[in-house]
Amino acid sequence: MKRFNLNLWLGGALVALVVVGAVFAPLLTSLDPVFDANLMYAEEPPDAQFWFGTDEQGRDVYTRVLYGARISLTVGIVSQIINSVIGLSLGISAAYWGGWWDDLVNGLTNTMLAIPSLIFALAIMAILGPGLPSLLIALGLTNWSWTCRIARSSTLSLKGLGYVQAARTLGYGDIRIMATQLLPNMIGPILVISTLGIGAAVLAEAALSFLGLGIRPPFPSWGSMLTGARELIVIAPWAAVFPGLAIFVTVLGFNLLGDGLRDLLDPHMRSRTA
Amino acid sequence: MLRFTIRRLLQVIPTLFAVALLIFVIFSVVPGSFASSLMADGRTAADPEMMARLNEQFGLDKPLYVRFADYITGLARFDLGTSFRTREPVLDVINARIWASLELAIAAMVFAIVVGVPLGFIAALRPGSLLDSVTMIGAVSGLSLPQFWLGLLLMYFFALVLGWLPSFGYGGGSWRYLILPAITLGVTPLALLARTTRAGVLEIANEDFIRTARSKGMSEARVVRWHLVRNVMVLVVTTIGLQFGSMMGQAVVIEKLFSWPGIGSLLVDSVSIRDTPVVQGTILVIVVWFLLINTFVDIIYAAIDPRIKQT
Repeated sequence: MKRFNLNLWLGGALVALVVVGAVFAPLLTSLDPVFDANLMYAEEPPDAQFWFGTDEQGRDVYTRVLYGARISLTVGIVSQIINSVIGLSLGISAAYWGGWWDDLVNGLTNTMLAIPSLIFALAIMAILGPGLPSLLIALGLTNWSWTCRIARSSTLSLKGLGYVQAARTLGYGDIRIMATQLLPNMIGPILVISTLGIGAAVLAEAALSFLGLGIRPPFPSWGSMLTGARELIVIAPWAAVFPGLAIFVTVLGFNLLGDGLRDLLDPHMRSRTA
Repeated sequence: MLRFTIRRLLQVIPTLFAVALLIFVIFSVVPGSFASSLMADGRTAADPEMMARLNEQFGLDKPLYVRFADYITGLARFDLGTSFRTREPVLDVINARIWASLELAIAAMVFAIVVGVPLGFIAALRPGSLLDSVTMIGAVSGLSLPQFWLGLLLMYFFALVLGWLPSFGYGGGSWRYLILPAITLGVTPLALLARTTRAGVLEIANEDFIRTARSKGMSEARVVRWHLVRNVMVLVVTTIGLQFGSMMGQAVVIEKLFSWPGIGSLLVDSVSIRDTPVVQGTILVIVVWFLLINTFVDIIYAAIDPRIKQT
C-alpha cells in the first residue's frame, strides 16, 4: 500500500521555505543585515515595522534571520559536499582495492568515529581561526566517516556482481568502474545520510558561532546572533527566540527530509520505524 | 567472557594511539605558536629572543618526532604535559573540572532514561494514538533542537521570568544549579531513547516468539515482562551507553552557556587562549571516556547475547 510520506513533504516544505528565504532575502526585506543599525530603534519588540523586533544595535532581527539563512545553508551544503567526496572516494576505493589501503582507511574511519565531531571541528577551528572558510574546512573534514562506511560496505557487496566483472573484462579502468559502475548504485543511502548531514552541519555551525569560534559578528550567523541575544535576554527576548527558531526549522526540515527519503528509497524500513 | 573483555579492552589502545597522533599532528601544523600568540599584543613586534626562550621552556624548539615521542612516553605515565597558562600539570587542571562534568552527564542521562524509555514504551503499545503521535513529533523535534537555544529559553523562563531556579553557575554543587543544564543536555538522548524504545517494541512485538508465547496461553502481562521488556532492554541499554559516551562532547556548548565548571567549558576557554596542552589533554579525556563506555557496552552486550562473541 502506498502511504502518504508526511516526512518527505513536510521536510521538503521546511527546506524549501529556508531556501526561498536565503535566495530571495534582498526582495523580502528592504534593510541591510549589517549596516542598517539605528540606536533610535534599539530593542524594539516585534511590531508591524519590525516583524521579529530589533536587537541591541537597532538592527532588524527579521532581516538578519533571512540573511543568516545564506550562511547556514552555504556552510551546511558545502561542508556536506566535502564530506561526501571524502567519504565516497575513501570508502569505495578502500573496498575495491582492499589490502593495506583498506586497513588504513578503516583505521582512519575508526579514529574519526572515536572523536565527537563537534570536538574535532572545535579543534580545527582553534587552529584555523574563525571565519567562513575555516568553518567549511572544519565541518567538511569531520563528518565523513558514516558516508565512508556506507560506501565501503556497498562496494563490498557490489564488486563481486556480474556486471562489475563484465566492465572489467571490457577493459574499464579501476577509477572508471568506481565512478560509473559502483557509485550510481549507492546513491540512495548516500543521499539519505547526506541530507541528515546537512542538518548536523547547520547545527554545528550554529554551536561553533555561538561559542565565538565560527562566524564572528557583525555578520548575521544564527549562532552568533544568539550569543549577542544572551546578554540582553531580559530586555529583548525576541532577539533570542527567532534566530533559534530558524535553526530549529532548518535542521528539522533536513532531518524530516532525510527520514522521508529513507522511507521512499528503502521500503524495508517503511512500516517499522516511522 | 574474561578473554573477550581483555581483548576488547586491548583494542582500545591502538585507537587511542591513533587519536593521540591525529590530535598531535593537527596541533603541530599550526602556523604561529603559543609563544607568538603570547607575545602578540598588537602593538609591538614580538621579541625574537623572548620567543626563543619561551619555545625552549615549553620544549617547542625540538623537532616534531621528538616532541611526539616525548608526548607518547608522557601519556604512558599519565603525564599530559603542562598548561601553558597556569604552568600546572594538565592532569591536575582536568581533574579539577571533570567531576562537575560527570555530575552533569549522569543527571542528564537519568532524566533522559526516566522520561524517554516509558514514553517510548507507552507510545509503542498504542501505535497511531494521539500520545504516540505527540511523542514521535516531540522526538524528531528534540533531535533537531539546538540544545543551547533550548537552554537559553529555559534559562529565560525558569530563572529570569519565574525566578524558580538560578540562571547559571555551579553554586558549590547545589542541586538547584544542576537542574536546567541537566534538562538541556538530556533532551537529545531523551528523544533518541523514546524513538529507539518505540521502534524496538514495535519490531519485537511482531516476532514469532511473541506470537508463540501468546498462543501457548501465556498471560499478556507475562508476555510483556518476560519476552518484550527483556529483548527491548538490550536495545535500550546500547542506546543509553552510546549516548552516555558521546555526552561529554555534547556538553561543551551547554557547559559554556550555563558557566558550568566542567571540562567542556575548560576546552572552549583553552581553545580561545591557545593553551594547546590543555586542549589536547581535554580532547583525549573525552575520547577515552567515549571509548571506554563503548567497550563497556560491548562487554555487557556480549554478556546478554552470547552470539556476539563469535563476530
